[in-house]
Amino acid sequence: MNVVQQSINRFSSFLGDIGDRFSYLLTDLGNMGIFLLFSLAGLFRRPFRLAELMKQVAFIGADSLVVIFFTALSSGMVLGLQGYYSLSKFGAEGLLGSAVSLTLIMELGPVLTALMVTGRAGSAMCAELGIMRISEQVDALECMAIDPFRYLISPKVAATLIAVPLLTAFFDVVGIFGGYLAGVKLMGVNGGAFYAGMEQSVTNHDLRLGIIKSFVFALLIVWICAGRGYFVQQIRGAGFGAESVSRITTQAVVLASISILIFDYLLTAILL
Amino acid sequence: MHSSTEPAVRFVEVVKTFGGADQCHRVLDQVSFSIPKGMTTVIAGGSGQGKSVILKLVLGLLRPDAGSILVGGQDVPKLGYKALQQVRMRFGVLFQGAALFDSLTVFENIALPLRERTRLDEGGIREKVEQTLDQLELGGHGQKYPAQLSGGMKKRVGLARALQLEPEIVLYDEPTTGLDPVMTREIYDLFARTQQRLGYTAIIVSHDIPQVFELADQIILLNRGELDVFGRVEEIAYSRKPFIREFAEKTMGLPTPGRI
Ligand SMILES: Nc1ncnc2c1ncn2[C@@H]1O[C@H](COP(=O)(O)OP(=O)(O)OP(=O)(O)O)[C@@H](O)[C@H]1O
Ligand SMILES: [Mg+2]
Repeated sequence: MNVVQQSINRFSSFLGDIGDRFSYLLTDLGNMGIFLLFSLAGLFRRPFRLAELMKQVAFIGADSLVVIFFTALSSGMVLGLQGYYSLSKFGAEGLLGSAVSLTLIMELGPVLTALMVTGRAGSAMCAELGIMRISEQVDALECMAIDPFRYLISPKVAATLIAVPLLTAFFDVVGIFGGYLAGVKLMGVNGGAFYAGMEQSVTNHDLRLGIIKSFVFALLIVWICAGRGYFVQQIRGAGFGAESVSRITTQAVVLASISILIFDYLLTAILL
Repeated sequence: MHSSTEPAVRFVEVVKTFGGADQCHRVLDQVSFSIPKGMTTVIAGGSGQGKSVILKLVLGLLRPDAGSILVGGQDVPKLGYKALQQVRMRFGVLFQGAALFDSLTVFENIALPLRERTRLDEGGIREKVEQTLDQLELGGHGQKYPAQLSGGMKKRVGLARALQLEPEIVLYDEPTTGLDPVMTREIYDLFARTQQRLGYTAIIVSHDIPQVFELADQIILLNRGELDVFGRVEEIAYSRKPFIREFAEKTMGLPTPGRI
């Protein structure tokens, strides 16, 4: 075989490889799209699993309160200190309340809450579904003609959509309190000015942006984490058995976190 | 309408491969067979020959590369979601690994099909599940989780779950592996009794030879993608295929006439 022939062969196998990867990517995206549609449709399918929904809300929401509390308190306090430091350079300490609350409500609250929930509950969802898949529990459900979307996934979707916005609101409140502690109690900014600044600058539009973000992030978390776990056997390079579940879980957390950050930018750019 | 002699399940020239084009592994190579209604068919063959794959194909959990799989006249791989669910409702399935829901108790596992697919009230469900638990000597284990059970107990719970809805066709993938001889005997007696009572079609994958052959109305032997169907145990001994002769000698201790 001459050199020309060899390089042509290599080039065509390279093209084939690209085509192969591309078609895999399309299949994967298609699967994920269908997954999203089915799990949203499952929300409206009877019988509803209210007990399961409550359990999931408790797991995703209530059990995350401590983590969210400390994250919110520390980031709020840091914001208070740093805000004071920057603003005092211009003699504008009076704006601290408005700076802290706007940053928390529009940006840090939704994003940090979503990232914490991804790490705590998203990873658990992914692993749970992955294990159910590889131990044929999902197949068993399908064989009993029980829709796995309605039974397993939709309660998680609903619970995440309920819990994440509430956690975000909790984050905002605790964070603002942290900013107040640091700015007013530690650095001696006027407390009345702190509140007044907050009241004047935070509008419904800002609140709405925060709320929209938290819903979008919630959907991203449950879609990516549950979806990756559900398709664990169809994901290329995941391997098999317990190892595949652990790899997919890591992958899901990374993917969900990155998507949250990307969507954060997009939503801010579009809606601000 | 379907005639009464129509088989419960029919495979027509089914091909199933695994792996990509480069490392293709042909598990089933154009196999055809019928499973008659109301009878017991036993599928036997060495490990990795595709017995579990056949069951998954019947349920639409795997798709064949070619051929049709008819259940009650409907081609399973071509069915839409709703129709497939309708077909699956007719089956009771015991998976090889039992596939119990590990976050539910034994009781809840067995109760699940009743809760989801019937209108029985809580009292009715409790009564029915307790009765099955007793039948399978699982009384008192209802509140345990699958992780707290032995392999044989898991199998029995899986069996109980499969039978809750009194299915038309039951698929048992190695129902007795991990059970002691006494329990194995009892499970087969239970099969015989429940089949008499419910009249279902049974497809049993099993290595308990010759015990399971006592139940069999038909035996399917699987080897390297090929498949042979026998009406009676004795027929196996008269086969001319070397692998089947070997199988008969090794597993049943049957004299092979060809050798004499
Ligand atoms: N999901 C899968 N992906 C790739 N190969 C598979 C898959 N499922 C089964 N196989 C292959 O198909 C063949 C048949 O598998 P199957 O599980 O049906 O064996 P079996 O006859 O049930 O064996 P055993 O008695 O050990 O359970 C095996 O060689 C296996 O490697
Ligand atoms: Mg098997």
